[in-house]
Amino acid sequence: MAEPVFEIKDISYTYKDKLEHTPALKNINLKIDKGDFVALVGPNGSGKTTLIKLILGVLKPQQGEIYINGQSSRRYKAGQEIGYVSQKSNSFAKGFPASVSEVVMSGLTKQKGLFKRFTKKDRDRLDEVLGMLDIGHLKDKNISSLSGGQTQRVFIARALVNDPSILVLDEPTVGIDNRHVKEFYEVLLKLKERSVTILLVTHDIGVVVDNADEVACLNEHLHFHGTNHEFKNLGEAELSKIYGFPLQLVSHDHDRECCI
Amino acid sequence: MIEALLDYEFIRYSFISGIVAGLIAPLIGTFIVIRRLSLIADALSHVTLGGIAFGVYLSTLFTFTINPLITGIIFSILGALGIERLRSVYKHYQELAIPIIMSLGIAVGIVFLSLANGFNQDLFGYLFGSISAVSMNDLILIVSIGIIVILFIFLLYKELFMVSFDEEYANVMNVNRWIYIAFIIVVALVISASMRIVGILMVSALMTLPVASAMRITSSFKQLMILSVIFGETAVISGLFLSYHLNISPGGTIVLVSILILMGTIILNKLGVSRNGGRNEEVPGQTQG
Repeated sequence: MAEPVFEIKDISYTYKDKLEHTPALKNINLKIDKGDFVALVGPNGSGKTTLIKLILGVLKPQQGEIYINGQSSRRYKAGQEIGYVSQKSNSFAKGFPASVSEVVMSGLTKQKGLFKRFTKKDRDRLDEVLGMLDIGHLKDKNISSLSGGQTQRVFIARALVNDPSILVLDEPTVGIDNRHVKEFYEVLLKLKERSVTILLVTHDIGVVVDNADEVACLNEHLHFHGTNHEFKNLGEAELSKIYGFPLQLVSHDHDRECCI
Repeated sequence: MIEALLDYEFIRYSFISGIVAGLIAPLIGTFIVIRRLSLIADALSHVTLGGIAFGVYLSTLFTFTINPLITGIIFSILGALGIERLRSVYKHYQELAIPIIMSLGIAVGIVFLSLANGFNQDLFGYLFGSISAVSMNDLILIVSIGIIVILFIFLLYKELFMVSFDEEYANVMNVNRWIYIAFIIVVALVISASMRIVGILMVSALMTLPVASAMRITSSFKQLMILSVIFGETAVISGLFLSYHLNISPGGTIVLVSILILMGTIILNKLGVSRNGGRNEEVPGQTQG
């Protein structure tokens, strides 16, 4: 029987300030099993990042519960089991005076604990992860001097250096060209072979349907959750309902890509 | 000056204080600059002025003398906590905390200075730095602060790096929130320790200029820290020598030497002598191919 990594039960979340209440998520139920590669898609402002923040414990659920490996997210402390790549990571790298190895090693901060310094074992782990992502030769380079694709690999390396069983990626390919996006998905498939559970928030629906096992479509409500094949077969009416405007999925057989 | 160093205690005290300031100000300055909080040092130095003025005023009220450095440190720490609090109140306009606290510091300073019957020579030393004003008590305080700062950075280096590089990631990874508070208190301590030599008005320069210079030519964060300290110490030592021989306040000479170093690194960078290809000063958000 499949082992659930994330169990999202009846989650609702509303952003509240003095002037207005903005609902972001309503009654979301979603289960993700160990080793699954799930893509979370939806239009801008559909609640994808909110759901990720709830999963990571940055936001606390106002209604419902999220369980991570059987433990409530209210008590769960990310750090050891979850690796995270943010949509903003690339912008932090610009102009920052740090080497690739310093940035990747920072992924071990929580695991090491307070007052403890990095050891040879940690540096060996760094070399292993950089090698796995084919960026070993960039180890001493300044992070600002890398291309968008290389920088993205550095952030994946930071997320993987503490050997997490779950990888959460929030729009990691924003601002990256097609060649580097392709390389990025090759890395994810490599990780999937190692039974890493992957939750990917993205707008690249075309690439997602060819790589992810499952697709979840969010727009305040969870409108769809199924395999990538089932998602490919969604009709124009269903897709238009999710995205809020008329659209359809077009498949190009010659290069096996889909686009909206 | 070497002879004076051997002959006069007060010169030795100033020199040792300067060495401590040249070490800890650029060290903490690297984290301030990369967190884009450079103006915080300015705000806290003005709050420290308020504290010093308060100390001077208290001394006029009582028969015993209160070391204004102590009241300066207390005000600086309170100002630091105030900035951190205001940054959470104005979540979307966090930079507002700086002018609020800065104007509060200046206002308090003016009020207490007026109550204490205005300027005196000692206060002039606090504003512009002084080579003759460091007492034994000041020296003990400055060296103690130096030890606290170095221990803080040594023990919490990886947490400070993570928070400085990517605050969102640090929050997701549950890096303790008290590190932010501890950091800003340490900044307040560094300002208090450095102002005796550099002066309140120029203390932020010793925290930022050496880092701004080093950023032009380094490729890693550790290199940045080491080079910033080398530049900071060069500025302090040569600034103190110039100050002694020209008989002027050391704050100005130290900052001018720092500016010369900065210009030198900019020229080196233009000539292509750098390990980062001049990329550390790029505007965030610019993408490369």
